[in-house]
Amino acid sequence: MTRNAIIKVRNLTAGYGEDAVILHDVSFDVHEGEIFVILGGSGCGKSTLLKHLIGLIPPMTGEVIIDGDDISRCNEETFHRILQKIGISYQGGALFGSMTLAENVGLPIGEYTDLPPDSMAALIKMKLGLVQLDGFENHLPSEISGGMQKRAGLARAMALNPKILFFDEPSAGLDPVTSAGLDNLIIQLNRNLGTTMVIVTHELASIFAVAHRVIMLDKRVKGIIAEGDPEYLREHSQNRFVKQFFNRRAEA
Amino acid sequence: MKNRKNMLPSSFQVERRDDGGVILAIQGRMDADRAGDMIRGARALLAQGVPPSLTVDLGEVSYMDDFGSLVLLELREEMESSKGGFYLKNASENIQRVLTVFQFDKARRDVVLAKKPKPNVFERLGGAAIDQANDMRYMVSFLGSVCLALVHVILQPRSLRREETLLTMQKTGFDALPIVGLISMLLGMILAFMSSVQLKQFGADIYVASLVAVAMVRELGPVMTAIIVAGRSGSAFAAEIGTMKVSEEVDALFTMGFDPTRFLVMPKLIAATVMVPLLTMFSDLFSIAGGMLVGVFMLDLTPSAYMNETIRFLELRDIVWSFVKSGVFAMLIVWVGCLRGFQVRGGADSVGQAATSAVVSSLFLIILADSIFAVIRVYWG
Repeated sequence: MTRNAIIKVRNLTAGYGEDAVILHDVSFDVHEGEIFVILGGSGCGKSTLLKHLIGLIPPMTGEVIIDGDDISRCNEETFHRILQKIGISYQGGALFGSMTLAENVGLPIGEYTDLPPDSMAALIKMKLGLVQLDGFENHLPSEISGGMQKRAGLARAMALNPKILFFDEPSAGLDPVTSAGLDNLIIQLNRNLGTTMVIVTHELASIFAVAHRVIMLDKRVKGIIAEGDPEYLREHSQNRFVKQFFNRRAEA
Repeated sequence: MKNRKNMLPSSFQVERRDDGGVILAIQGRMDADRAGDMIRGARALLAQGVPPSLTVDLGEVSYMDDFGSLVLLELREEMESSKGGFYLKNASENIQRVLTVFQFDKARRDVVLAKKPKPNVFERLGGAAIDQANDMRYMVSFLGSVCLALVHVILQPRSLRREETLLTMQKTGFDALPIVGLISMLLGMILAFMSSVQLKQFGADIYVASLVAVAMVRELGPVMTAIIVAGRSGSAFAAEIGTMKVSEEVDALFTMGFDPTRFLVMPKLIAATVMVPLLTMFSDLFSIAGGMLVGVFMLDLTPSAYMNETIRFLELRDIVWSFVKSGVFAMLIVWVGCLRGFQVRGGADSVGQAATSAVVSSLFLIILADSIFAVIRVYWG
């Protein structure tokens, strides 16, 4: 791979204090323009890793470098520059309950761009149309279903077409049709806008549909047990836990 | 021609053909950072006069996303509204794909984001009346379920969650002691100080003691304590139950066969009914102490004279009456706090509303109940 690493994680030890180390000495790269999936069983530290990647929790040791800047050791200005390059789709949507969907999606657009109001309305409609939420612009998050909230959250995450999009369990709680639609959208955005995608999931179907490269975490080693192309790993990995995961077998 | 071109962004190259048509060549990125300028540029360009046809050359565009497509949308809409031709030229395969993904062909600029119809004044008035009626009905039915739960707990005391009750006692009672003590002491000092200014004129300084004692024990002690507890704990009860409602914990309790009222309200009700009268007692003591400070240091009364006067005027009946009042206030605070919590629908903002409404409703009920008590006392003797 000669491609540029847009996220570099070096010797990251992550956790919530000395007795609660979740990941120990983890290093990996995410290349520009790829769909990168972080997978593993429950409790292996996927979501914790994601929180470190987006700067919500500072690492205990090690560094996370996003597009050249270390997210945990930078000044406020750099941190805000990094934040404008990333978008995050949270597990439950994390929409603001007091705002309509249009206002939720429009919030970052109004803050960071200088579009005239009528163009902004057209753009919001376009964004919501992309996640099949046409006609729900004026609904409050509490008036729509969980799956719809999640899609609206995605529309908000990609409002500014960030360079990197992070997804926390994008297909959890979605029906298979919507979930497949979401996979398609991820592929389309990746192919056409070159957006780098970092996805935390354990949905096998979705992993095989979208992932260019995966890393698999495991709580027993507190780190990465496999890295590479998911299909290759399924066929050729010698690791018992990797085989179990990809073949959906229960622990013996 | 040249000075007009200065209004356009530098990424726009305009060429006018002999037949009046315009070729607009756009260079560089068409993204979120530049779309605003480009849209204003497009408007400025067409404000100079709409040409019979407009061709947009995208050969030099290095990146295009949906923000970029807004610029093209702007131009297309303007051209279509004046029946001019609009063409795209040299669009790379990538740009064409982007335009397809964002459904450029179907997009419209003058979209009206679907607005919900606003009800007229009569509809809103009627809606508010129905809401009020439902609120009243729910209040009564909730009162009933609290009474039933209370009867159940009295008949089977073991069904009370003892640890939760003790914890709530600590949070509602013990933790409130410093603030209740401080406020009462200051209040006692204020009362003593203000009344001494008047009483001094008649040489009746000594009556400051009885004034502070009677005013605090009969009225202000119970009411102030209840107000503090409503602000500290009533809002907390509403927020706690409201959050549980939002996160479906109340539903979980119900489907597991627990009565949410018995499970959640009873510990709070019993804890508050025990603790608020005790807090009131402390409030009375601290306010008398506050009054005594003013009496001793500013009015030259001796502590023993102050205490004698206080005890001479206070009747046991006053003290019992103030405990009874406090107990009733405590029940009202818990009842209305939990009621507002159970009424939460939706998300985080309605939890906030519930907490506010719990405080406002309890303040109103405390004052209302206090005036009823005052009337009863007058006729009772």
